Amino acid sequence: MNQSRNTKSFGLTRRRFLGTTAGTALLVAAGMPGALEAAEPLKVAGIYTVPVEQQWVSRIHKAAGIAQERGDIDYVFSENVSNTDYARVMREYAEQGYQLIIGEVFAVEQEAREVAAEYPDIAFLMGSSFKQDEALPNFAVFDNYIQDASYLTGIIAGSMTETGNIGMVGGFPIPEVNRLMHAFMAGAREMNPEITFQVSFIGSWFDPPKAKETAFAMIENGADMLYAERFGVSDAAKEKGVLAIGNVIDTQADYPETVVASAIWHFEPTLDKAIAEVRAGTFAAADYGVYSFMKEGGSSLAPLGTFEGKVPQEAMDLVNQRSEQIKSGEFTVEINDEEPKSS
Amino acid sequence: MDIFEILLSASFWTAAIRIASPLIFATLGELICERAGVLNLGIEGIMVAGAFAGWMAVYSGTGLWMGVAVAMAVGMLFGLVHSLLTVPFGLSQHVVGLGVTLLATSLTYYAYRLALPEVTSPPKIEAFQPYEVPFLSDIPLIGPALFAQTPLTYLAFILVGVVGLVLYRTPLGLALRAVGENPSAVAAQGLSVTGIRMGAVIVGSGLMAVGGAFLTMSAFDSFFFEMVNGRGWICIALVVFGAWKPGKALLGAVLFAAFDALQIRVQQMPLGADIPYQVFLMMPYFLSILALIVMSRRAEVPAALMVPFNKGER
Repeated sequence: MNQSRNTKSFGLTRRRFLGTTAGTALLVAAGMPGALEAAEPLKVAGIYTVPVEQQWVSRIHKAAGIAQERGDIDYVFSENVSNTDYARVMREYAEQGYQLIIGEVFAVEQEAREVAAEYPDIAFLMGSSFKQDEALPNFAVFDNYIQDASYLTGIIAGSMTETGNIGMVGGFPIPEVNRLMHAFMAGAREMNPEITFQVSFIGSWFDPPKAKETAFAMIENGADMLYAERFGVSDAAKEKGVLAIGNVIDTQADYPETVVASAIWHFEPTLDKAIAEVRAGTFAAADYGVYSFMKEGGSSLAPLGTFEGKVPQEAMDLVNQRSEQIKSGEFTVEINDEEPKSS
Repeated sequence: MDIFEILLSASFWTAAIRIASPLIFATLGELICERAGVLNLGIEGIMVAGAFAGWMAVYSGTGLWMGVAVAMAVGMLFGLVHSLLTVPFGLSQHVVGLGVTLLATSLTYYAYRLALPEVTSPPKIEAFQPYEVPFLSDIPLIGPALFAQTPLTYLAFILVGVVGLVLYRTPLGLALRAVGENPSAVAAQGLSVTGIRMGAVIVGSGLMAVGGAFLTMSAFDSFFFEMVNGRGWICIALVVFGAWKPGKALLGAVLFAAFDALQIRVQQMPLGADIPYQVFLMMPYFLSILALIVMSRRAEVPAALMVPFNKGER
């Protein structure tokens, strides 16, 4: 709560800053790269195409708030920026002298890279379906590579389904979604190789009524466990009295009788690494995806909470064993970005 | 399950009617506007505003029906803006309509952020729950589909009858249809074309907003910014499909919703694994276009649709 109040008040100062001393922005930008003092907070701007409540973006927003509270960064953000406007907002922040710009370019991959090329002194850390490009050294990519945690939730789901039929509702089959679904499915098959999966994509990120309808159809078709990639799925599970697995955020508080476990994404390691690199002047084209791995602290299995003690012990044993193995590097969850299909 | 099993299952028809409900409200709203000669492309934005206003009202502590009333009032306000610009000022209905959509969506977001600056996920309300009509809901197949829905769905069906009755059986309905066909004749009768048209747009916009509110207060219990997701545009097509008649428009809405409910289920059939999911998502639209071609051949477009009326002009 506190952190967003901070960002809000900073938003006000930014407006004042814009209104009165637009000229200094250029000066700051010009003198930026080497002239940094370590004590001064890094100026970070976030650009999001959705409101900061959205699961995926909320994790970035939260991490930035924490870094700001620590005094590491000064953070401002623009939310709900349409994709057609994205490049303009990137330029605006770049012109204002922000040193690190974070965001998501899944729908503007090419254009965002063109903007980054125009501002070689500014670091861009962007959520992207593609890899880094050495020719564009100030543009690094990340994504929520939380397949480790998804895999663990899959083990739990596999042990809890009685019909052996799991329903999965996704937005679009983009790599970020696909790899988590595959990891989840692999985990579930560990417990029961015979499990069948129903997979649907609703062609929208925000249509909870539609996600809910799709989940209803899956429950009618025999699913007693749902993988809630979208808002609306857990609601269907709750209404029909079946179980669900959360993704990216922990939604158990809203569905205490429904959501068994959640795979949580922590953006902090990704952001902290980027802050350190920018400060050290060593920010380079890289794939920050690894900082979402469990061994980096970038993802975790949410506490079981209301389902503590209700998950079969053999599943929890396997979860604990695999967590240790994943952290020590003995076990690697396969990364599969292909579109998952119903089985 | 094969297709026939799906088509004969009560849950399929229950889903279809549920999906159709917001479309019925908004289609009726658009139909009233167009019958009076005004194309209202503000529909998509007005639905967003209604979805937010109704939900926000309930979240702030009003009752559910009060929330519906608030949604309606907000829709009517945007209807007033739309009709002022298009009727007395006679501006382009396309430009004004799209403008209202952009204004309504942006204002909604602005209001949302002002009202809820610090939430981590959009809060939930106690939404309308399904109400099973005694006896009627026991009828096989039709019972659960038609008589085990939320109160707003019943309201949608009742409104189809009410709008039909008013349009075809009352002097007001006659005047409303006449301003969409031959406004000069209405003016010659001493009635105010401007007044009737503005009234139609305002009431129609109110209904659109209730359609949006269905999404946040009945189909779901929380507001998301992009959740209307093009449903308004579908309603514009449904009005044409329904040949500007309430009964046929209802049929169109249910048909579209049934296609949608069907594609969701067919995706899980064995052939779903071989066909890209986009094809399924496209089916309701594709089949509706086909139906539109067949149905609209004998449709009579209101003669004065999109023609501004200037009093005294020949």
